[in-house]
Amino acid sequence: MRAFKLKYKPFGERSILVEWPSEIDKYILNDVLSFKNTLQKSLIEDIVEVKSAYNSILITYQFTIDNVYNKTSTLKRLYSARVSKNKCVFMHWRIPVCYDVAFGIDLEAMAVKKKVPIDDIIKHHSQAIYTVYFIGFLPGFLYLGGLNEKLHIPRKVTPRLKVEKGAVAIGGNQTGVYPNVSPGGWHIIGNSPISFFNNKKENPCFAKAGDKIEFYAISKEKYDNIKALVDAGVYQLESEVIYG
Amino acid sequence: MVKVITSGFFSTIQDLGRINNQEYGVPYSGVMDRYSAKLANALLGNDMNDALLEITMTGPTLQFNLDTYISITGADISPMLNNNSIKQNHVTKVSIGDIVSFGKLKSGFRAYLAISGGFKTEKTMHSRSMYNGITNEFKINNGDALPIENPSMVIAEINATIKVNTKHFTSKIIEVYKGPEFELLTEKQQEQLLSTEFSISKDNSRMAYQLAEILENDLKPIITSLVLPGAVQLTPSGNLIVLMRDCQTTGGYPRVLQLREASIDVLSQKFTGDKIHFEWTE
Repeated sequence: MRAFKLKYKPFGERSILVEWPSEIDKYILNDVLSFKNTLQKSLIEDIVEVKSAYNSILITYQFTIDNVYNKTSTLKRLYSARVSKNKCVFMHWRIPVCYDVAFGIDLEAMAVKKKVPIDDIIKHHSQAIYTVYFIGFLPGFLYLGGLNEKLHIPRKVTPRLKVEKGAVAIGGNQTGVYPNVSPGGWHIIGNSPISFFNNKKENPCFAKAGDKIEFYAISKEKYDNIKALVDAGVYQLESEVIYG
Repeated sequence: MVKVITSGFFSTIQDLGRINNQEYGVPYSGVMDRYSAKLANALLGNDMNDALLEITMTGPTLQFNLDTYISITGADISPMLNNNSIKQNHVTKVSIGDIVSFGKLKSGFRAYLAISGGFKTEKTMHSRSMYNGITNEFKINNGDALPIENPSMVIAEINATIKVNTKHFTSKIIEVYKGPEFELLTEKQQEQLLSTEFSISKDNSRMAYQLAEILENDLKPIITSLVLPGAVQLTPSGNLIVLMRDCQTTGGYPRVLQLREASIDVLSQKFTGDKIHFEWTE
């Protein structure tokens, strides 16, 4: 397994930040998730939380760190002993999206700006398979990698004060789904009837870092049907298990 | 229960917050000033994580429907029991029908009202801390009935008052560590960060405190990374944003400083126009 040169930095009195090279890369993601997995299984008693983003892991301890050197050496030792994330189970999720212009309120403007017809925007967006890098920004907001370059577009200069729940949007080189009503500066191309965050569940978000996401287009009628099933709590998402 | 006759400007139920849900993008939340909140619970013999009322700037008017004990700590908002002033940092016995209200804000910004056994409002993801989208309500409202329990014991030490260090409310010193991107600043910028007297802008909330002064910089955004309450972010336009308890779990601005945890408590008692300066923690 390829080893990266990591940086270990104290972050406040109880946390250590581990950083990989500063780029968004699936090999880095795999290594981040392998190390995270190793840390979570290491049973080091005073670690209270381990969380990850694109190229970093933040480890929070229960007590003030007296000796950063000791903590860092333990982490370095665990990094060299990390197990490949191939042993973890990941899921591939198929997410329905209605790209009707009634939902995709920025589709027309985007088609003009990018000189890509609306049908092609939908095609490019729903043909890709995206990787979940981590969840952040809002509860249940997935940071997805893998957007087709033809759809990269700078964020809006003035963010909208209210973006609808389920809005599927593009900002810069990223795409995502707003799990709840929120302000937002991304270009809205559709809406998904799926709930990305359920505060009543022990696992409030079905997806996790390392999973794959695929979007597929549905009609307005189908959208209403699925929405009704989701609201009744009986909708079953399409998914399959993938390894590695 | 406790009936909310009027809610005040912004009062919320808080405990020590949600941990272990950050990987789903869920903020920690929890009391802004842990020092004052823990004191309020300790006075009553409560668990440190029992839910209490965090009161911001102006107080609510509350009516009690059972005999119990309360304690009020943090900001001094001239608390009263049936229109007679009562002591802060002290156990107060309340009886059925009693009304607790507040007057003028004299010091600090956030007060804590703890009740024997804690408030028993909605618990979501192992915490009662209110947060929009996680709990059904994000603040208490006029007419709410806040569930409580009968006090489990009679408190004998009712006359004890705890002496609180007034520096907690008056000190301008905010102790900091270097943040992960501190070294990307020029020496001059680093020096400015530690020597400037900053003031709290009107953009201050449970999520973040933005400072009014600008620190010119040409730092590039970082690849979205993890943040913690107490992180000081520097935006391309030079705004310094100190993240607080309700902050997002990740962010893309360079993190130039990190507050000492006790300094988050101190900052929580500041509001618009107050001055602070950063000092290295030893």
